[in-house]
Amino acid sequence: MAQPDIHDQAAAYALDALGPEDRWTYERHLDNCDRCREEVANLRDIAGELAHAAEGPEPSPDLRSRILDAARAEPRTATVVPMRRRWLFPATAAAAVAAACAAIGLGLWANSLRDGAIQQRVVPMEGGGSLVLEDGQATLVACLDAPPAGKTYEAWVIQGETPRPAGLFSGGCRSVPLERSVADGDTVAVTIEDAGGAETPEGEILLRANV
Amino acid sequence: MSDIAIHLSSPLGREEPAVQAPSDEAILEAVGRGDHDALGELYDRYGRLAYGLAFRILRDRTLAEDAVQEAFLAVWRSADAYKRERAKPSTWILTVVHRRAVDLVRKEQRRRGEPLETAPEPTAGPADEDAALRDRRAAVQAALTALPGDQRQALELAYYGGLTQSELAERLGVPLGTVKSRMFAGLGRLRELLADA
Repeated sequence: MAQPDIHDQAAAYALDALGPEDRWTYERHLDNCDRCREEVANLRDIAGELAHAAEGPEPSPDLRSRILDAARAEPRTATVVPMRRRWLFPATAAAAVAAACAAIGLGLWANSLRDGAIQQRVVPMEGGGSLVLEDGQATLVACLDAPPAGKTYEAWVIQGETPRPAGLFSGGCRSVPLERSVADGDTVAVTIEDAGGAETPEGEILLRANV
Repeated sequence: MSDIAIHLSSPLGREEPAVQAPSDEAILEAVGRGDHDALGELYDRYGRLAYGLAFRILRDRTLAEDAVQEAFLAVWRSADAYKRERAKPSTWILTVVHRRAVDLVRKEQRRRGEPLETAPEPTAGPADEDAALRDRRAAVQAALTALPGDQRQALELAYYGGLTQSELAERLGVPLGTVKSRMFAGLGRLRELLADA
């Protein structure tokens, strides 16, 4: 997707004033733009000052113990996750794939922290993009050109020999939650189909990943 | 993982009774190693600030506490990855809290972009509040007041109101580009004002 003004999103990003799609697209851009990361880091510092001007009532006295209790109840898996991500994303990985893992670097401020980033797996897809897996829920992340007129991208979950439709999407950089859960051994694929989608794939497979 | 947890009351502290309080970086590093005491210390330093921020955005005690709890747990899970960030620990923590609160307010569709006139008036803050924090709040509030009105409005609606830039443009009836410039210029001016403060 053309983003002629991607560089001027830094302030909005630092203020968390981007909608989900713009946020994702910008984070993808950040992965590849040192200057923007630097700028965002600086703007974040200033935006963080605004937190100091906010004031409200006191938190309830037991919030501290609730947080500590919840932390004690959690397995310490966090150390594993970033390492696993590094294995999956060597420096030579395709840009789209590396970028899709917005949890690396600045993205920690974004998606992964918000949701905890626990037990998340990222599988690069042949053809570009990647698949983010969490608790059987798969999200396809890819940057694709707009499909031809009258066509749509369609995602599939292939179990054994049987492809089942898992959602339609258009071009641009997108994060597409699949409408079907994915288990180990399944294959996820993307084809181009007639607008409205198909029940069985007709088009050639553009992207695929074995889970 | 208690075998690798390093507690704040380390032997070093006993040998040098006048030892300074550990830096935020050191605390965060200990949190990254799974030290619960360090997480408690982090909360003692930033919990109140985090809650004030979350409450300002969410205007609801329960939601604000949820946001703070989730944010501190996110920090707990990810503190070991913090070193890759180019930010002060306080910035990082407040960023996580802010992101969480904004996501929640958008989800809840609660009082978003409530007119600033109805925003709670600044209060004196709790009596036992850290003096440095109090001074800092006064400085930031003064700097905000000194901003050109349209920049201040853009920053406040975005940062405290949780509006996206597109929503801001619509609400203010100005082009998206204008909103972007106001936010960018506002942050830049704020930096200058705080540097002078």
